[in-house]
Amino acid sequence: MTSLTINEREVTVTSGEDTPLLWVIRDELGLTGTKFGCGIGLCGACTVHVDGRAIRSCITPVAAVAGTRITTIEGLDPAGAHPLQKAWIATQAPQCGYCQSGQIMQAATLLKDFPEPTDRDIDAVMGGNLCRCMAYVRIRKAIHLAAAELKERE
Amino acid sequence: MFRRWLLGILAVVAFAVVGLFVIAWRPSIAPIEPPVAGSFPPERVARGAVLAGAGYCATCHTARGGARYAGGYPMATAFGTIHSTNITPDPDTGIGRWSEAAFVRAMRSGVARDGSHLFPAFPFDHFTKVTDQDLGDLYAFLMSQPPVAAPPRENTVPFPLDVRALQAGWKLLFLRKGVFEPDPARSEAWNRGAYLAEGLSHCGACHTPRNAVGAERRSAAYAGALVDGWEAPPLTAANPAPVPWNEDALYAYLRSGVSALHGSAAGSMSEVVHDGLSKLPDADIRALAVYFAEVSGAAARADRGDAAVTAALAASGQAPSSASDAGAELYRAACASCHYNRAPAPLAARPELALVSALGSDDPTNLIRVVLEGIGVEEGMPGVLMPPFAHLRDAELAALAAYLRRTRTTRPPWPDLEAKIAEVRRHAAGT
Repeated sequence: MTSLTINEREVTVTSGEDTPLLWVIRDELGLTGTKFGCGIGLCGACTVHVDGRAIRSCITPVAAVAGTRITTIEGLDPAGAHPLQKAWIATQAPQCGYCQSGQIMQAATLLKDFPEPTDRDIDAVMGGNLCRCMAYVRIRKAIHLAAAELKERE
Repeated sequence: MFRRWLLGILAVVAFAVVGLFVIAWRPSIAPIEPPVAGSFPPERVARGAVLAGAGYCATCHTARGGARYAGGYPMATAFGTIHSTNITPDPDTGIGRWSEAAFVRAMRSGVARDGSHLFPAFPFDHFTKVTDQDLGDLYAFLMSQPPVAAPPRENTVPFPLDVRALQAGWKLLFLRKGVFEPDPARSEAWNRGAYLAEGLSHCGACHTPRNAVGAERRSAAYAGALVDGWEAPPLTAANPAPVPWNEDALYAYLRSGVSALHGSAAGSMSEVVHDGLSKLPDADIRALAVYFAEVSGAAARADRGDAAVTAALAASGQAPSSASDAGAELYRAACASCHYNRAPAPLAARPELALVSALGSDDPTNLIRVVLEGIGVEEGMPGVLMPPFAHLRDAELAALAAYLRRTRTTRPPWPDLEAKIAEVRRHAAGT
């Protein structure tokens, strides 16, 4: 039994303590926006936020996030209109879409840490989020677009 | 002739046993009726709670998943595994029948209420420096905790080392009794820091190497040591952090568990910060920082910091020199998303690997342990989680560690990394 908050909702989950957070999110809580990619923390598809920062949920045991606030792609913005999500649509960033929730969650932490990211910043921070469709150029463009919108809001 | 020899030997043995008895014998102190809850003045209990934090008593006197202060925490020493004792006021399995005099004697001389000698895994060689007032307040606090019945766990110290009377000899050699004496030539903050560090906070118990019989080597104070499967780094000028620790960095680290220019507290040190020192007022943390800034010779090394930060940030986003470098590929895929930094300064929530002590140390233990086990959300910088990477193979982790060491320090490569990783893995599985 592990208690945590997911997308502002308090839940107690019964999966074993060693169960990766990813399977708790997908199978026990039914939030399937977060994807399984490699299962060893090397592709980024399973990225969610723990206490507001991106982590790979496939290698994080659920016991390690007891008492934390988890945010998945479903909870990033109540209306699905986070500047990154809008930029993703505007630039038509996804192709097959499988890696995109992980990309967006990682990009949100990138913009929190580096509000005006350079290409180098983006390449370094996003380098662990693989896209087999090779949408990297559009992803980078979308991140710059979202950064510009966030800056305008200030 | 033979009979005379035998008698002579017997006489010597008898003399030695009697002598040891005379040296080692301590009286039992009469048991008391366990004090009823609320019998100590609340202000003494409150002061004692702060002091229990300064000594982080709970770190060693609480077993994983066990009741607080009920003991049973295993300490792997060179002489076998020693389990901490129950220091709740339970009359039968704790210290409920200990008078204040018995408690003070245990803290100052390492002798239990019944007169038996305690092993120096209990740092009475430090606690002997604590004042009467502080020991009294600590007693008031501990005796006001909920009593927990938790029988002691068997130690695995082999004969004859388990003969407690022998500890009397150890004490003759190594225990310097006496309350801390302030140095009038130093500032009040320095003296306060020294009092805490040398006394209740017993920093040397982990950070000072020990001799063959387990006593701290005074000549090598704070020179660093391996303890409980972690390296307690040197706190002297020999500390390997590229940016020399100064008072402000020490303060930030001891107060919050992280220094942006040095990394996060992990392992036992995280417990020291978050479960112990967190009870202390800011002024006490500042005092500890003042004291250790001097121990580390911060003033003389201050000029090295900026260049180290510039070099670290230049390396942080470095593209791998070769696509065939497995360590570089792993770093890009598994580490950079959280650890990359850029000018002008690294962020505390993104520990900059080129600046952490774990990478600069000549012992890779701490780096390996953190990668294998991760850092919990309540450890290090609270709210920042590092997941465990124990699923990676020894060869992969070795390539990663070697890559980081080669590209982010000027130190020689770590030898036999794969074997070391396997060893640390075994140790982690055993505890």
